[in-house]
Amino acid sequence: MTKRVSKMTLQIGPQQIALLERLSNAGGVSGDEGAVRRMVIEEIEGTADSLKVDAMGSVLAVRHAQTENALRVMVAAHMDEVGFMLQEETDDGLFSFGLVGGIDPRQLPGKTVWVGPQRIPGVIGACPIHLSTEAERGQVIPEESLRIDIGPSASGRVEPGERAVFATSFRQAGPSLFGKALDDRIGVATLIELFKHAPPNVELLAAFTVQEEVGLRGAGPAADTFDPDLAFAIDCTPAYDHPNWDGSENVRYNTRLDHGPAIYTVDRGTISDRRLVEHLRQTAEAERISYQLRQPGGGGTDAGAIHLRRAGIPSVSVSVPGRYMHTAISMVRLADWQGYAALLHAGLRLLPADILTEER
Amino acid sequence: MKERISHLTKLISLAGVSGYETPVRQALAEAWEPLADEISVSRVGSLHALKRGEGAEPRPLVMLSAHMDGVGLMVTDVKDGFLHITSVGGLDVRILPAQPVIVHGRRELEGMIVQPSERQLPDDLADKPVPMKYLLVETGLPADEVAELVRPGDVVSFAQPPMVLEGDFVCGHSLDNRASVAALTVCLDALQQMRHPWDVAVTATVQEEFNHLGGITSPFTLQPDLAVVIDVTYGVGPGASGFNVYPLESGPALGWGPTVHPALYRRFKELADEMEMPWHKDVLPRLSWTETDNLQLVGKGIPTILLSIPLRYMHTPVEMIAWKDVERTGRLMAQFVAGLPLDYVETMGWDA
Repeated sequence: MTKRVSKMTLQIGPQQIALLERLSNAGGVSGDEGAVRRMVIEEIEGTADSLKVDAMGSVLAVRHAQTENALRVMVAAHMDEVGFMLQEETDDGLFSFGLVGGIDPRQLPGKTVWVGPQRIPGVIGACPIHLSTEAERGQVIPEESLRIDIGPSASGRVEPGERAVFATSFRQAGPSLFGKALDDRIGVATLIELFKHAPPNVELLAAFTVQEEVGLRGAGPAADTFDPDLAFAIDCTPAYDHPNWDGSENVRYNTRLDHGPAIYTVDRGTISDRRLVEHLRQTAEAERISYQLRQPGGGGTDAGAIHLRRAGIPSVSVSVPGRYMHTAISMVRLADWQGYAALLHAGLRLLPADILTEER
Repeated sequence: MKERISHLTKLISLAGVSGYETPVRQALAEAWEPLADEISVSRVGSLHALKRGEGAEPRPLVMLSAHMDGVGLMVTDVKDGFLHITSVGGLDVRILPAQPVIVHGRRELEGMIVQPSERQLPDDLADKPVPMKYLLVETGLPADEVAELVRPGDVVSFAQPPMVLEGDFVCGHSLDNRASVAALTVCLDALQQMRHPWDVAVTATVQEEFNHLGGITSPFTLQPDLAVVIDVTYGVGPGASGFNVYPLESGPALGWGPTVHPALYRRFKELADEMEMPWHKDVLPRLSWTETDNLQLVGKGIPTILLSIPLRYMHTPVEMIAWKDVERTGRLMAQFVAGLPLDYVETMGWDA
């Protein structure tokens, strides 16, 4: 029995870490997901029963169920990441830029970036400490005064409108994985694996969505196309689990590392479908997968767009807890990712066909 | 040239926080060994390379000096798996969040400086730069392992990998002052093909970012007749413009003011013009805020000049210089050394 269960679990090992590394290192600012899209298609086209890129740029792929009257289950992971768009070349090789997605401007000075598909190296500099006053250093450097600097000789090599991402290479350290855009390449990598090892009892509708970071824009049209019975949004959510500055107990952590995948009850955009929350919770208990309930609060996932579509689509979100998301380097625990993959796979495999007949 | 640029990118891939310059000193000793007659390490860790001249003994000695240390951080406390830190040298805290670092504990740990979320910080910091006392270093390792490997006083160095931008603009941490150290290598290299009557001592000094320790002690030991200090200065760019700020790739800035001997200024100016090399007059009304200020006063006093390489984003891990300025500065020094007559000090006078 034990043997059979472990065999049916979704494995997250060196091969999957290598996949996440490729996905994390790729650039895919909202609206410019092409590089990630190509990787996704390459990974899943061999196993897809159907695959298309929709009008928004999302990859929609289906794996048919092996059973009659199976539930149509949409699983959505967003391909895009937060980043930058170059606006104007204000001096030789110096570009003003706009933020794409929610980035704290305090995270920008002194960082390196890759610009455009050619990945031209650049930096976001800061005034030398010697030339600023103490009062100035007490204020955040306004985004408008920052520049992406690709060097005077590279002037004219890129045009306004080009995207840039943090120049961060993926790495592993002990139990942790570091990289840019783990939000939500970890969901993308997991959905790829889930798709390749799809449980036969559901019609698996995989949506690799675009533009999540600029308002959950890709997921809605994808949900309309798929017309699913229910949906899972799989993402990465902040772990605010540092000690409080004053030594008081941290009771507002959102999620915590090492506590397993986070099941959502309520976020800014969605009250998760109670039946799905309960199903995931019971699945985790039954399969002995450690999990946590994300603290109700702000933040959002593609579920926020999906559940409002058509006649309403019962939805729930599950995330890997991660620290420092939307900065140059984010971090997750491998064990949390393994639990997340296991929970999602078991959640589909053990999904009762009549789960929606119970009244919500 | 690619080889010389990779010498510099190697130097800025190494840690060398003030007081802990060993990694950069070792790499440098290896690079200078074949170019010098004698290599030695001072009592406080500065590297000295001596190249003998052709004049009759006792020969005069010119010292060419650049500090090899860089700004960095140090662990103040280890708690709950996170490191608390303080700066070594002048750092603007605003460049620190999400900065990759190496923690030099019982072994080297890769880490990053992190800013805890607003929920874990005092309310009045919502839209303010987060002060050093609240910043942490994250290693990704379990708390017990961190506690075992790291203790207060361990050095934390920047780990931003170097970048070479189009047109050989080099970017990275500690270009202040490894760019000048690389100019010393360029000079030593050029001197291999040149004849020079004077002895030359090339020095990579320690702790400039703290208190100029190396800049004070190396000239005491070497007792040079003349000294040239090479450091970086402000390059035109975001946040830096106007007086005393020079465009990248516009040549070295020649110091002028109380810390510079006027005759040396004249000599360098004339040489740069002869070599058709662009240069600037770096007007320094009082002090230069480099090791020049102290070096000049060592022993009975030393005729000294400061050459500066323009650099953007000083004291951040994304400093930027034009390689061409490094080459120019190195060649200018070599030309200066080769052109020194044995009686230069007696005849140099005081006129600019």
